[in-house]
Parts: sequence; C-alpha cells; structure tokens
Amino acid sequence: MAELRYQKAIGRALEDAMTADPTVILFGEDVAEAGGSFGATKGLREKFGAARVFDTPISEAALAGAAVGAAVSGLKPVLEIMFMDFTTLVMDALVNQAAKARFMFGGRCAVPLVLRTPHGGGLGAGPQHSQCLEAWFAHVPGLKVVCPSDPVSAYGLLRAAIDDPNPVIFVENKSLYASKIDAPDELPAFEVGKARIARPGADVTIVTYGGALRTALAAADALAGEGVEAEIVDLLSLQPWDEATVLASLSRTHRLVVMHEAVEAFGVGAEIAARMADIGFDELDGPIVRVGAPFMPIPFSKPLERAYMPSVENLVAAVRRTLA
Amino acid sequence: MTRPKPKATTGVPTGRNNPSEISRDHLADLYGRLLTIRRAEERLQKLFADGEVPGFIHLSIGQEAVSVGVMDALRDADTIASTHRGHGHAIAKGMALEGFFAELLARDEGVCRGRGGSMHVADMKIGMLGANGIVGAGLSIALGSALAHKTRGTNDIAVAFFGDGAQAEGLLHECLNIAALWKLPLLFVCENNGWGEFLPTTKHLAFQLGDLAAAYRVPHTRVDGNDVVAVQAAAHRIVEAMREGAGPMALECVTTRVRGHFEGDAQKYRDPDELAALAALDPVRRVADQLAALGLGAAALEAIDAGVAQKVEAAVAHARTGTDPSFEAACADVYAEGGRA
Ligand SMILES: Cc1ncc(C[n+]2csc(CCOP(=O)(O)OP(=O)(O)O)c2C)c(N)n1
Ligand SMILES: [Mg+2]
Repeated sequence: MAELRYQKAIGRALEDAMTADPTVILFGEDVAEAGGSFGATKGLREKFGAARVFDTPISEAALAGAAVGAAVSGLKPVLEIMFMDFTTLVMDALVNQAAKARFMFGGRCAVPLVLRTPHGGGLGAGPQHSQCLEAWFAHVPGLKVVCPSDPVSAYGLLRAAIDDPNPVIFVENKSLYASKIDAPDELPAFEVGKARIARPGADVTIVTYGGALRTALAAADALAGEGVEAEIVDLLSLQPWDEATVLASLSRTHRLVVMHEAVEAFGVGAEIAARMADIGFDELDGPIVRVGAPFMPIPFSKPLERAYMPSVENLVAAVRRTLA
Repeated sequence: MTRPKPKATTGVPTGRNNPSEISRDHLADLYGRLLTIRRAEERLQKLFADGEVPGFIHLSIGQEAVSVGVMDALRDADTIASTHRGHGHAIAKGMALEGFFAELLARDEGVCRGRGGSMHVADMKIGMLGANGIVGAGLSIALGSALAHKTRGTNDIAVAFFGDGAQAEGLLHECLNIAALWKLPLLFVCENNGWGEFLPTTKHLAFQLGDLAAAYRVPHTRVDGNDVVAVQAAAHRIVEAMREGAGPMALECVTTRVRGHFEGDAQKYRDPDELAALAALDPVRRVADQLAALGLGAAALEAIDAGVAQKVEAAVAHARTGTDPSFEAACADVYAEGGRA
C-alpha cells in the first residue's frame, strides 16, 4: 500500500499506457513543458520525448479535429482540454466527426481517442471555468463519458479509456486533484460502463459520480445518525451507465435519489430518474428525487458559489423527501 | 430594379493547354480517370432525377481535374480528407465504383453500408478519410492525419480538400498555423470554384489564399484547376518536396462548378454569360482535344469512353441489385466492440 494522489494517478495511467502502447500520444495546451495546468502530466515529456508529448497552440477546434484525424490514421491520441468550459470549441470534431465516424463509415473504422478535461466548481473560478457539461456528451451516440471519483478509479478508468476503441470523454473533477488514498501497488483494472457500490445501505439509494461522491458520503454519515442507511452507487461511467447496478440497488432500498454537481435540469440525473421510473416502477416506494445545481451560471463570489453548489444539506433534504 | 447577377470573379481558367511535359500514355491514363468521375456523376445526375438516390447530392462536374491531378501524385498510404462535394476525390483516390454507387443508392454493399451516403463516402484502406457534411471540418482531420504520418516516421502525406467558401471558417487559420509550426506533411488544396452555395466568393472573402498562406510562410501555388496537366505537374512537384520534409504547402486550383450547388438547384442566380462560358473550360474535353492533337484517334478516345461507361453501368447494375441495410447491424456499429482498439 502507498499513498496515491488523484493528480499522480492520472500521470501514472498516462505513463503506463504510453509504455504499453507506442501509438499513444499526448498533447494539449501546456501539457508538456509545464506538465499540465493541474500538474497531471509532469515528467511525461522527459520520459517519452517531444514526438509523443507536446504542447499546442490555443486552437481547441483544430486540436480536437486533429485527434480524430490521428485516431483514424493509426495513433491513439490523448488530448487535454484545459477546462471543460472550453469544450464548447471542440463540439464539431467530437459530435459530428469522432462520434459518427465508425457508424457513418459502415463500421469500418474506429476512433480511439481520449479527451481529458477538468470540470467543477468550488475554486472561485467563475462562470467560464467551472461548468460540468458532461450531459452534453452523454447525449451523443458514439461518445463515451467517464468520471472517476478517486485516485484509484482515475487510474483504472483512464487506462480503460485509452484502451477503448471509441472516443471517450474523461472528466476530472477539479476538487479531486489534491485528494489522496491508500492504494495497492498493483492498481486494479476498471471497466467503462461499470458502477460500484461506494457504501452499502438498506433504506435509500443515492446515485452519484465524480466529486459529488464525497458530498454523498458525508450525507450518508449524517443520515446514519438519524437511523437512515443510504446505499451509494458511484456511477464512474455516464455513457454507457450501469443501469443494472442502479436497478439492483433500487430493488433493495426502494427509494432513489440522484445527485450531481452539474445543473439539475436536463442532466444525467434526469436520464437516470426517467429510466428508473420506467424499468424500476414496481420497486419504487417514494418519488425519485434529483439534486443538482440550480439553473443559473456558476457565480464567482465564495458565498454565492457555496450557495450554488449542491450540498450535504440539499442531499439530506432530498433523502427525507423520498422517505416521507 | 433587377440587380445584375454576380459572376465568379476569382480568376477564370484560361483555357490554355500545356500537354508538353507529359507523355501521351500518362495523359491517356489521366483522361480515363477524368472520364470515370464525369460519367459516374452524369449517371448519378440521372439516377437522382429518377428518384433512385435519396437525400441530396453535390456534383463536382467541371472540377474533375483537381481530383485527378492531385491524386496522380499520391499513393495509397497518403490520406485525404474531403468535402461535401467529394465524389471525385473518392473515385480518384481509388474507391471502387461498385461500393461507391451502392452507397449512393443506400445499399448494404455500399462503402459505408448505406449509412453515410454522398456526403460521407469513405474508405480508410485507401486513405480516403471521408467526404464531410461539415464545411471546413476535413481541414483538421487531415491535420491530425499529417501529424500521425510524421509521428510514425513515414513520408506519407495528408491532403485537405476545401472549397473557396470554406476559407471563411476559422479552422483554416488554426490548421495553417499548426501545420506550419510543426512542419507537418499537410497539403492544403483549395478548390476555388468561385461559389459557396449561392453566393460568389467575392461576397464571402476579404482575402486571397495566397496572402493568407504567406502569413504562415506556407508556400502557395495557384493553378488552372481545369487543366489536369497543370494540376498534376504542380502536385507532383509539391508532394515530392513534402515527402522530403518541406512542411505544409497550399495548392489553389481555380475551377468551375458546372452544376448547381446541389442537384435540383437551377442556378438562376448565375450570370448566363458565365454559364455559357463553362463548356469551353471543360477539363475533360480539353484533355480529349490534347490527346487528339497528340495523334490519338477518335476511335481510341471512343474506346476509352466506352470502357468507362461500361464500368459505370456495371456498378450501377450491381448497386441496384444490392440489399437494404440491416437496422440491427447499424445499431451494432454505434460503438466499436472490445476493450482494445
Ligand atoms: C459548417 C457548415 N456550414 C454551412 C454548411 C452548408 N453548406 C454546405 S456547402 C456550402 C458552401 C461551401 O462552399 P465551398 O466551400 O466553396 O464549396 P463548394 O460547394 O463550392 O464546393 C455551405 C454553406 C455546412 N454544410 N457546414
Ligand atoms: Mg466553392
């Protein structure tokens, strides 16, 4: 066992993937010489050289398109987009090109690319450097979306994403970069599309992912004090998402709350709630309640941002509502 | 008051011929390839009018010399990213007519199994990375392909085809900059046909490609894109230099869009004089005339045409007897299977 930081786990996954497969390349703004805006790619340039790890101009649209072109020409590009807010500029390459190429070209090619990008508030970064836009990508057939919740899942999912023959959006919650965990030396493999039970409990299911997992665990502790045992499903993968694990948990607890940091309206939670209201209808003993950010841009001021972010109190209140 | 109809004024091809630098056999071969695209698209025109081709199609009639001339300098491992007007690129890069027509007729036997159609014909095996429904998108795909060629240490090159209208997309600037900065083997081929949909280039652009390319120190060559000899000569010279590591280059081919933007566009917005002048600029007729001048008899030319027509007919017949694509198979191809690419 050794202490593993989230940010280091990302770097180690990249290092191991690049060692295992010479076709993996890494590029993005300030990923090489500076080692990444959040320090995740430190040392990789020195280890793998400038041909495989390189800095780019500030040209997100062209870089994402280039990732598609490289992926259909024999490489496995890993592109870092500095903030998820900037993925607005890469939409054509992802939505019209990467997502559709395999299907549209008759199943005769694959687009093995990974786009790593940080999302999430709490840093006072303001309206254009804090957004959680993962639902946009999860809405597009052909893309996969994953969002790890700790260093071990970050490592395992990034390895899985790079190995995946499809375009994968790998979302890193900024609040997790400094987080650490005691991890085994041999890190476990993760599978895209598989959730895990982060905490067992019999009374209510809370489905969440990414940085919000910590909020959910804290809420579960608070609820345990009231005699309510919450089971927490950590989705890890949003597209595809693990319907079976969520349904199995709902079948045990008969109550469901879905929680994320992203805006609640039209979000990942809406999809899960709608699906469970359908296939899990007979299991439900209470309303499915969603907890997410309010329908507004993320404010800059600390007190405003705190009020904006979905909290332990919001989640506890939601659980009480479905148990009522 | 009726406004005068705009003319394409970006520089109409001269109509002068210069077949001297090329052997008669080579020219005859180019002729066969030009004719293949021409006859294939004329056949499509008819099939579309008869309702056999679903959706909509953009024909490249009048622009064939760009495809044939550029592709003459390429090999299979070189890659191209094409446009919405991509039939000529696909066929010139080596796409079999059977798979091409089957795709246009939405058959399972099509190159994309009937899922892409005209605007998405592709075949990775021959380095045809796809026609594209998004104007300008091919630029960055070719950029990435050029990056892959360089990273993998081959001396293959990538070609981005784009129209004059596409030059107003910001991607062109990003791609010129990156290609120049990283010295990528990327050839920018502008097919300047004077029109972007229903608007002449003069109303799209405040700049000339040569000036833009110069800003990035990307060498720019402008040729008569209806002169296949000129296009192939420029392409051979440029591609050879690029294989030696010269970095990105731009080739602007001034050409003519004979048909409407898409089939069914009556082109009422074009000046009748401009339309009337097109026949004299026909890139296929010009090569026939050159070959005749070089002593190839009418019977020999006729034989080339007959051979092409027969291949086209066979491909159409093959497509017509094709099967409808399976919905289940389509669903299964949204994602590639397996944990490893
Ligand atoms: C991003 C985008 N914008 C607009 C269109 C609609 N559109 C299709 S072709 C075209 C004109 C393109 O002109 P040009 O690049 O000169 O190509 P040409 O049609 O002349 O071959 C337009 C505007 C599109 N397909 N994609
Ligand atoms: Mg045009």
